[in-house]
Amino acid sequence: MDRAFSWVAAFPDEVWEHTFSFLPTDADRNAVALVCRSWHRIERLSRRKIFVGNCYAVEPAAAVRRFPEVRAATIKGKPHFADFNLTITDWGGGAGRWIQSMAKGWPLLEELRLKRMVVSDDCLEIAARSFKNFRVLSLASCEGFSTAGLASVAANCRNLKALDLHENEVEENCINWISHFPESFTSLVTLNIACLDGEMNVSILERLISRCPNLKTLRLNHVTPLEKLVGLLHRAPQLVDLGIGMLIGEGHPGLFSKLESAFAHLKHLKNLSGIWEAGPLYLPAIYSICEGLTALHLCDSSIQTPELSKVVSRCKNLQQLWAMDLIEDDGLIAVASSCKLLRELRIFPSDPHGLAQPVYLTQYGLLAVSSGCVMLESVLYFCRQMTNSALLAIANNCPNLTCFRLCIIEPYTPDYITQEPLDAGFGAIVELCKDLRRLSISGLLTDRVFKTIGASANRLEMLSVAFAGDTDAGLHYILSGCKKLRKLEIRDCPFGDKALLDNADKLEAMRSLWMSSCSVTLGACRLLAKKMPRLNVEVIDENGGGSLESWPDDCHVEKLYIYRTIAGPRTDAPPFVLTV
Amino acid sequence: MTPPMEHDYMGVNDTELRLGLPGSNGRVADGGATGGLTLGCAKRGFSDVIHGGSFSEAGEDAGGVTKAAPPPPPAKTQIVGWPPIRSYRKNTIASNSSKNNNDDADAKQGNECHYVKVSMDGAPYLRKVNLNRYSDYKELSLALEKMFTCVTFGSYGVSAREMTTEGRVLDLLQGSEHALTYEDKDGDWMLVGDVPWPMFADSCRRLRIMKGSDAIGIGKAPKAMEKSRIRN
Repeated sequence: MDRAFSWVAAFPDEVWEHTFSFLPTDADRNAVALVCRSWHRIERLSRRKIFVGNCYAVEPAAAVRRFPEVRAATIKGKPHFADFNLTITDWGGGAGRWIQSMAKGWPLLEELRLKRMVVSDDCLEIAARSFKNFRVLSLASCEGFSTAGLASVAANCRNLKALDLHENEVEENCINWISHFPESFTSLVTLNIACLDGEMNVSILERLISRCPNLKTLRLNHVTPLEKLVGLLHRAPQLVDLGIGMLIGEGHPGLFSKLESAFAHLKHLKNLSGIWEAGPLYLPAIYSICEGLTALHLCDSSIQTPELSKVVSRCKNLQQLWAMDLIEDDGLIAVASSCKLLRELRIFPSDPHGLAQPVYLTQYGLLAVSSGCVMLESVLYFCRQMTNSALLAIANNCPNLTCFRLCIIEPYTPDYITQEPLDAGFGAIVELCKDLRRLSISGLLTDRVFKTIGASANRLEMLSVAFAGDTDAGLHYILSGCKKLRKLEIRDCPFGDKALLDNADKLEAMRSLWMSSCSVTLGACRLLAKKMPRLNVEVIDENGGGSLESWPDDCHVEKLYIYRTIAGPRTDAPPFVLTV
Repeated sequence: MTPPMEHDYMGVNDTELRLGLPGSNGRVADGGATGGLTLGCAKRGFSDVIHGGSFSEAGEDAGGVTKAAPPPPPAKTQIVGWPPIRSYRKNTIASNSSKNNNDDADAKQGNECHYVKVSMDGAPYLRKVNLNRYSDYKELSLALEKMFTCVTFGSYGVSAREMTTEGRVLDLLQGSEHALTYEDKDGDWMLVGDVPWPMFADSCRRLRIMKGSDAIGIGKAPKAMEKSRIRN
């Protein structure tokens, strides 16, 4: 066979390997691996990074065997809707089997990133002891471990550069885990422990920071008295990314100027995040660094519009702003006129269940930003009212949007002026923003919007739908269109069997489909599973578990998760998750 | 709901589309400046009254228009997982009521959160519960049973209110598989149910579901009773 491809032998393997190193994406490398056996061999032996979007799509041992020289692995577990408690508590996503295979097959692994997985302390200990060159550990939205597990990471990973814990649920049973970093340990570049909210021994932290001259990212946990923060900042003037934890200010006179001077020393600071409960009086302490900021995340803070506006108007170089809706339209208008380089805006609801007075954040705020910030690419916006005309204007203003997630908090909310569905508005978004890769829709929506999305959203990779549509046609439009769709998550829509069965092949071209509170029956799931052996069709039954065979075909399926896999049905599913 | 239109969305509503037609020059800005959006805003929502149809300076009322605060919406039954925010964002979300500083009546409506972590021995996951959502031990117990589906507290939760003696507490523990304990403000671990609910809700920092036998062995109950006697 290789006779026909003798040109392959014209160069030594190292040359091909070097050539492949310029390929930007895994998809390109996958394509290269299909050309001939030699390239397949050379590519697999030289692959250094692997991304597994669904931990159940492939057996860990198989992945490790195919790519024996991997140095960096990223693995994701639970479906996205697990973030909102839509899956059951012990759904799965355990990292154990992956860590065991990796420990055996990739002893030189340097970087491990896990998202939405269940990671036990044992896993952390195995990783810490098995990977001698471990440099980066990143856990995002994970659970199952405690600070005791972190202690073993600290104690054993001599060259650790990054410990990045993002929004994990961590049991805090080892208060001084930070002290397990040995005195000789100086390599830390990133320390993100914002998700830990227990007490922390600040002087141990101070000593650690002092001996790590390359520390660039420091995101602290919740309880940091202001005086202590000042001390920490003085020890790390080289910081680029700072998360300040919760500042509790007991006002004593010199504190403000100390804080102000500490911030002024951070000449390289680009990212500022965290909770701010110190009160508006202390906020001016950060004015001196505002101009250098490219990212500002104040999503847990209760700072209100006037103060926030004063901050953002000084942030002339801001590219990323995450804030609470307390910023209001006025604050966003200030953003629109001051932050001309803004690329990403995320606005979160301060009062998601509408228990208090509503804030004055409407479609005007987003409209203003879309009008003033020509580089805007990514939007996440929670609000209570929207109009088709505003959406159309936003689409016109920002044709370069790649991510547009709009959540109108009350389901089925129409255009509040015309009372029409928001089909036209979202239609404009997908038709005018040709590079749109991620979309979340909300409000009152009919099947029409799905027709437009299916036809126009040619680059769309992820779509989230809730409380929308009239009939199965909606789902059919999506599955038969949207050529690049990888992830689809749907809740509370009248979508059912026919669309699924008619588009079964599409499901294998996607990573996963989540449907909950729709109109799917068990019979359709059975047919689908039979037709598509490389899909896992999992139904979640919270009421009983037990034997699937006995249930009738017309039984309603409340929660359905379908994903492609070459690993077959998973063996670690709890009793409430049944693979059809 | 409007009937489906035959032509595509461009023809849906001309008054809307007069504003910011695709291909029109320049950015389509907010109402006041270009006069663009004001056309469509014949029926204004409350926010239009506030802004008076133009950009307002931060912190100023536009043209002295009174901020007509709409009445707070009635409490709604909450849909699971909606709105889609990570349940991770918690306690620090401040109540709006203190900000819209007007009625005292509203002050109590603010969503005061008191989330505490709940761990269960042997389970690889933690959960968080908002203690302010429950008004007594029974409700908390039922919620936890739902959350940790294989746990039953026997009659523990139901009769927690009636528990007055040590003996009774121990009886209940023998009867059920799991015991619910909590860490209080002082860092001590106590059995749940010994003190009046408001006191518990205030001082609880985290919850832990232990195997019933462990709880007895540690002998927390007597200490808890002592503590509450001292406090009461």
